[in-house]
Amino acid sequence: MAGITKKQFTAGRTKSQRGAEESSLVKWTLISVAMIFCSVFLLLPLVNVFAQAFSKGWGVYWNALTNPDAWSAIKLTLLVAVFCVPLNVVFGLAAAWAIAKFEFRGKALLITLIDLPFSISPIVAGLMFVVLFGLQGYFGEWLRDHDFKIIFAVSGIILATVFITFPFVARELIPIMQATGTDQEQAALTLGANGWQTFWHVTLPSVKWGLIYGVILCNARAMGEYGAVRVVSGNIAGKTQTMPLRVESLNDGFQGAAAFAVASLLALLALVTLAFKTYLEWRQHREFELAQHAVISESGDTTFIAKGKGE
Amino acid sequence: MSIELKNISKKFGEVAAVNNVNFSVNDGELVGLLGPSGGGKTTVLRMIAGLELPTEGDIFIRGERVNDLSVQKRNIGFVFQSYALFKSMSVAKNIAFGLTIKKWKKADIEARVAELIQLFGLSGLEKRFPHQLSGGQRQRVAIARALAPKPSVLLLDEPFGAVDAKIRQELREWLVTLHHELNVTTIFVTHDQEEAMEVSNRIVIFSKGNLEQIGTPREVYEQPANEFVARFVGVMNVLEATVGGGVARINEIEFPATGQEDGARLRIGFRPYAVQVSNDLSLLPYRAVLRHTFFLGILLRLEMELPSGLIIRSRMTKEDYAQQGLEDGREVSFQIKNYRVLASDSATLAPELESKYQQPPTMGENI
Repeated sequence: MAGITKKQFTAGRTKSQRGAEESSLVKWTLISVAMIFCSVFLLLPLVNVFAQAFSKGWGVYWNALTNPDAWSAIKLTLLVAVFCVPLNVVFGLAAAWAIAKFEFRGKALLITLIDLPFSISPIVAGLMFVVLFGLQGYFGEWLRDHDFKIIFAVSGIILATVFITFPFVARELIPIMQATGTDQEQAALTLGANGWQTFWHVTLPSVKWGLIYGVILCNARAMGEYGAVRVVSGNIAGKTQTMPLRVESLNDGFQGAAAFAVASLLALLALVTLAFKTYLEWRQHREFELAQHAVISESGDTTFIAKGKGE
Repeated sequence: MSIELKNISKKFGEVAAVNNVNFSVNDGELVGLLGPSGGGKTTVLRMIAGLELPTEGDIFIRGERVNDLSVQKRNIGFVFQSYALFKSMSVAKNIAFGLTIKKWKKADIEARVAELIQLFGLSGLEKRFPHQLSGGQRQRVAIARALAPKPSVLLLDEPFGAVDAKIRQELREWLVTLHHELNVTTIFVTHDQEEAMEVSNRIVIFSKGNLEQIGTPREVYEQPANEFVARFVGVMNVLEATVGGGVARINEIEFPATGQEDGARLRIGFRPYAVQVSNDLSLLPYRAVLRHTFFLGILLRLEMELPSGLIIRSRMTKEDYAQQGLEDGREVSFQIKNYRVLASDSATLAPELESKYQQPPTMGENI
């Protein structure tokens, strides 16, 4: 009798498992489609970038990167990232905090505004800055009179890049902060912590991974931004030319190998960023796994309750 | 007097969450704030903590007016419903947090943490993170963390809400023991009347932002101040009867109502234990069919249906039930021994009345 029951139980379970899973045909078709698509559209071009970069040998490659204009472009790109990322961290934390932890009028508007750079074409974003700060723009004359240069200058590039990368950190943090709520912060307050201590010891550690992730994405975009920067920079080699702009002008000047050499460096930066991101994801996953597998001992409960009852 | 609330009101925008509440809690007392959700009890607790500010009124902790005192300076321990443990800190660090912030000496912190770990049965879990703990363990860490800086008052928001039924029972008993040992003034919020009755020295009952009654569990059960309390604490049969010729009548059941105008409607309440049931159909004045028996443990709850369809709930012991040979579907006779008129013009409840029916010889034990 018991045997039959057990058999039926097992049979039922196998069936239900099969019901939840797709057949292997569907599974492998989907995997193949995804893999082929990735290879053709992502991996192949990436490999090609490096192949083209070295097509005329090491010498050309090396010259393309050590050329003063190229070197200037590399430095400018890093400088832009150095400015943009911290600005974004500050803004992202402030915006995410405001949105996740407070109720206020205009909250929906703020969320929409944060998304604006995602939905607007970078070229249009660049043009907006030209219209505002260009010589013919609203503040153009005032800026000229006070000897400030934004358009066709490094400050303009930074401004445009900050605008474009605006959402990255905030978008990463908002869902995490919303999910965490304010309980932990309130608990810290009841334990005597002031605002700064609460932020430093409680808020920041709880959004750590999201923040790092946002910083990585923001950095990748800051180094790679083309459209907006192209419009505001004027693309002056050696002065306001970032790496993506340099790739473009070299390519236009039929210096294919040199263009790909600079491109390969950009691609390399992207790959390093991705590798770092993957590493972080792996670490986060491992932390989670460890937590899951940790034996949740109930010994504490039983000893305690035994003690409680004994008294 | 450890805590005193004077004319406390709280409005969230236009919504009044708490209306003119007054009560005080004595040193070392364990008080439960009880009420349905939205009753204002959590808001009251948060105002004592300083997490919300009262719109009107004054709060005193140990004689000191604390309205303008920030959360940090009130020296209270607060346990959140979600426990709100710091996810990025180990158990030991969680417990030490308040002490670190208050700049205790390192050796003192270690000693205090070790003491609490021991007291709360958390030995061996010091290095665990909150997500590696069971619900009961988390709660104990939360209480240990709140108690670490030796607060003058411990406030708990729905302390047993987030654990399963079995552990909940154990934790209740444990909280009483803990309170007995530490003797720290404790206020907790609950929507579970059984929990409030079992754990508290005194219960403060809230409904829709109003304080309905304050008293010992026995007082609120036996002398409810109004219909809300009577219905909220414990089970109560409530019937709406119409007066005619000095008798309030609903279907078959009659209550004496001398002096009441004809046509007046009376709401009459009686507890299940006041309903006496017998298998002898001629013994008691009313007849009904036993529809369903709920086994609650040592006590059983009986649901009886009168010929008119009216449902009355009664309560008896397992032994009594077996002795009388009762079972679902059987016809029984019953009487209502005590009842109250719930809705009358006066704000307070009328005292409990004894039925005027001639008392037959009692059978078995009455609950």
